[in-house]
Amino acid sequence: MNNINLNKNNTNLFKLDFADERVDGADKVTGKAKYTAEYNLPNMAYGVFVTSTIAKGTIKNIDTAKALSSPGVLDVIYYANCPSVPGYLTNAAERPKNVSEWRGHKVLYDNQVRFFGQPIALIVADSLENANAAIRLVRAEYESQAFETNFDVVRKDPAKLKGTVAYKRGTENAFKSAPVFVEAEYAIPAEVHLPMEMHASIAFWEGEDKVTLYDKTQGPKSTQTSIARTFGLQDKNVRVIAENVGGGFGSGLRSWANVPAAVIAAKKLNRPVKIVLTRPQMFSLVGYRPQSWQKIGIGADASGRFIGITHEAISGTSRYEDFREGIVNVSKFLYASENVDTKYSLLPLDMSTPVWMRGPGEATGSYGLESAIDELSYKLKMDPIELRLKNFTTINPENKMSFSDINLKDCYAYGQEKIGWKNRPSTPGTLKENGWLIGYGMANGVFGAGKGSASVRALLNKEGKLTLECAVSDMGPGTTTSMTIIAANAMQMPIEKVKFKLGDSDLPPGPSQGGSGTTSTVGSAVDLACSTLKQNLKDLAIKLAPAFANLKSDALDVKNEMVLAIADPNIKITIVDLLQLSPDKQLDLTIASSGKTAEQLKFTSNSFSSHYVKVAVNPKDGTIKILQVVTTGDAGKIISPKTARSQMIGGVVGGIGMALTEQLEMDHVSGQIINASFGAYHVPLHSQIPPTDVWFVDKPDVNMNSIGAKGIGEIALIGFAAAVTNAVYNATGKRVRDLPITPAKLGFKAKA
Amino acid sequence: MNPCQFDGARRGFFKKSAAVAALYLTPSVLVKTFAADSLVPMPIAKENLKFILNGKPVALEIDARTTMLNLLREEIGYTGTKKGCEMGQCGACTIHVNGKRIKSCTQLALNHQNNQITTIEGLAKGDQLHPMQAAFLKNDAFQCGYCTSGQIMSAVACVREGKATSRTSIQAYMDTNICRCGAYQNIVDAIVEVAKSGAKI
Repeated sequence: MNNINLNKNNTNLFKLDFADERVDGADKVTGKAKYTAEYNLPNMAYGVFVTSTIAKGTIKNIDTAKALSSPGVLDVIYYANCPSVPGYLTNAAERPKNVSEWRGHKVLYDNQVRFFGQPIALIVADSLENANAAIRLVRAEYESQAFETNFDVVRKDPAKLKGTVAYKRGTENAFKSAPVFVEAEYAIPAEVHLPMEMHASIAFWEGEDKVTLYDKTQGPKSTQTSIARTFGLQDKNVRVIAENVGGGFGSGLRSWANVPAAVIAAKKLNRPVKIVLTRPQMFSLVGYRPQSWQKIGIGADASGRFIGITHEAISGTSRYEDFREGIVNVSKFLYASENVDTKYSLLPLDMSTPVWMRGPGEATGSYGLESAIDELSYKLKMDPIELRLKNFTTINPENKMSFSDINLKDCYAYGQEKIGWKNRPSTPGTLKENGWLIGYGMANGVFGAGKGSASVRALLNKEGKLTLECAVSDMGPGTTTSMTIIAANAMQMPIEKVKFKLGDSDLPPGPSQGGSGTTSTVGSAVDLACSTLKQNLKDLAIKLAPAFANLKSDALDVKNEMVLAIADPNIKITIVDLLQLSPDKQLDLTIASSGKTAEQLKFTSNSFSSHYVKVAVNPKDGTIKILQVVTTGDAGKIISPKTARSQMIGGVVGGIGMALTEQLEMDHVSGQIINASFGAYHVPLHSQIPPTDVWFVDKPDVNMNSIGAKGIGEIALIGFAAAVTNAVYNATGKRVRDLPITPAKLGFKAKA
Repeated sequence: MNPCQFDGARRGFFKKSAAVAALYLTPSVLVKTFAADSLVPMPIAKENLKFILNGKPVALEIDARTTMLNLLREEIGYTGTKKGCEMGQCGACTIHVNGKRIKSCTQLALNHQNNQITTIEGLAKGDQLHPMQAAFLKNDAFQCGYCTSGQIMSAVACVREGKATSRTSIQAYMDTNICRCGAYQNIVDAIVEVAKSGAKI
């Protein structure tokens, strides 16, 4: 499979022994790293939202008089006094040419309430204390309307569904013709990203048509575009800075109400305005993983070969915007099955709009698929790993293309060994340790591995220090570190002399950090920039250094901060000396790297994962303890082993939350979220985390990109929840099909 | 911690606080009828505050409503202490007051007259990282870095208070500090390493 000849100039495959600590780590452990809300501009004012106390209806009146008379309050901005925003106009004919309509809820624009907790006014004051004190002085009168927030009830009415997309390969419902099949429904509640840093924006107009924004975003360029199009500004006049991003998990993939609100307020008051959301607002204003329902049918012949998979799904969205994701996608291609049919519909509710949350739809869908396969394995009386091996394929059955690389079999071998799979009881509920029921479970994850466009500037200065720049962001995976490693490796120079700058839309364009694409996309651009830089250095040596005059560039190498002749290492010149000879005394180039090459496009690329879990369940009360986790990743070359491992253990923690604790809870009488705090929405804590063993195949996928690397962020989570629920079934013989598995759902009777 | 000294101006402030607090406890039906109308804008009470911040005396006049967290971040510009919830639930704002860890988001700054406050900025000695900071860096005990200040302040307190005797006891002590990136295993590794080293912290 690995017979593709890569462009020689663009190949810097790895051998690497650098100190592996995060290059920006010292700033983070000393508190020096600055996050969005931490910039204080002269004369800055503070904005806080007043939010709706009904779920749907019309605001008849907002009384702002008392708030305006409260000390320090500068303004209360709402629909009646909000300056016009060109991108808020719904009629395309009225919008200027360089303006597009704002996507989603237009904050402060009209008197309509679309969800409980929607911002209806922005108080701007000279201090945070003064702004907060005025919130309760604003009084709104509403005319309420009937609303729907109860997904479980509303989804049963087919008339309420929309946007149905169907797919069919072979025969529909073929699973029913199989000698052995299962059909089951799986439910996942809405879950919330909750990065530790709350979303925040600081807007500052530097002139009539020029604005600078400090914003918590996963995409400085996408925020720039969004604000430029909404306010009718030129891209170059909108600068977005996101130097450090305190987590995101998807919530920072689009601009939410705080962004235009800060821009509007800063313009209206002609001074910088900072808006920081509160933790409760983080539950309702910056997206969430939509609630979902799935029904999966899967059938096999006696040998375990899949006859057919049928996957139906519904996920929630807002009334005012459609959000759809890849819930049914994995069922189409991860396993060999001639017959697959899927159907996916949206269910509009009177809630805010969801957004991709780590693993996005694939994490939702894999919970269903990997659970159903586990259920089938018991019916077949077959080991679930063996069942997956029976249906292993190196050809993607959906598009009939070869996977660029797939090493799931290695993951199975490692995972089985390390978790102690041989101790797994084939009959569930039969193994006990110290009075607790013990079970083992596994599940797979898969996510598309892309490579998009990015530009990188490389500046090699007269001191021989290399600075690279790209307008990407780093919300935690360690992009700054990975890019530095790629460059130092490509240039064969000390990592201390390389600096990677990101988090500023003024830098050369890069992608939003999402969909596990950053390392592949930006890493390829960094690699290409370094290859170009090396070529330029060789050319300079031949042109300017007499010793190289008769040599060809392919006879030269660049390493250890020198250009040298491969055949005779005595012919050499340091980069610093060489640059001294050059007219500019430095090299400064910006290159653009595009998507996959024609050769790479002959393959279909994915990252894969396989997770193994050992659980203990207390038969007295259903308490679930995860005892041990082994998680394996097949994601090409691992660029930065230390940060990659951290991403995997982070995915495990997220998956534990999904499986056992996380659930957004609504009161359907008022339409409001009732657990909008860390005290009531339970994210995993220290004491819930088992010893976790991380292993990577760590083999370059040479059909993918020049660095051989694929993404990790999503596969770390995708499939993990099913590994837990499968283990709980193995321990107890009780199959819970709606997440999270709480002790009560297991139905053990507590005895006094 | 020092109890508040009740001078005249302060009493005035607390009276008003009590009135507002009473409103919160009133049944919702009653609130509907008079809450917004009975609330009136409150004048700003300015107060003098003195305390020791990372070994250096600080004296300033503050808005009496200011929390210690907001004072550090918004007024003094020490943004190493993080805001994660403002409800005392996530631990991102953990600081040390007179040697004990405390969540600064739920503390009125005025309650800390003459106290010794240590923040993340006060741990390192110049360029020399505190052993816990060095261990966090070495063990990659964070991803985004936002909860890290609070985790480190709690971790230092964990070792100082003699709670770092086993992974289980460390985890129990550290349950006050949420890490959404999920670096928990590495955080415990870092604390174990520091505790085992016997380094004076």
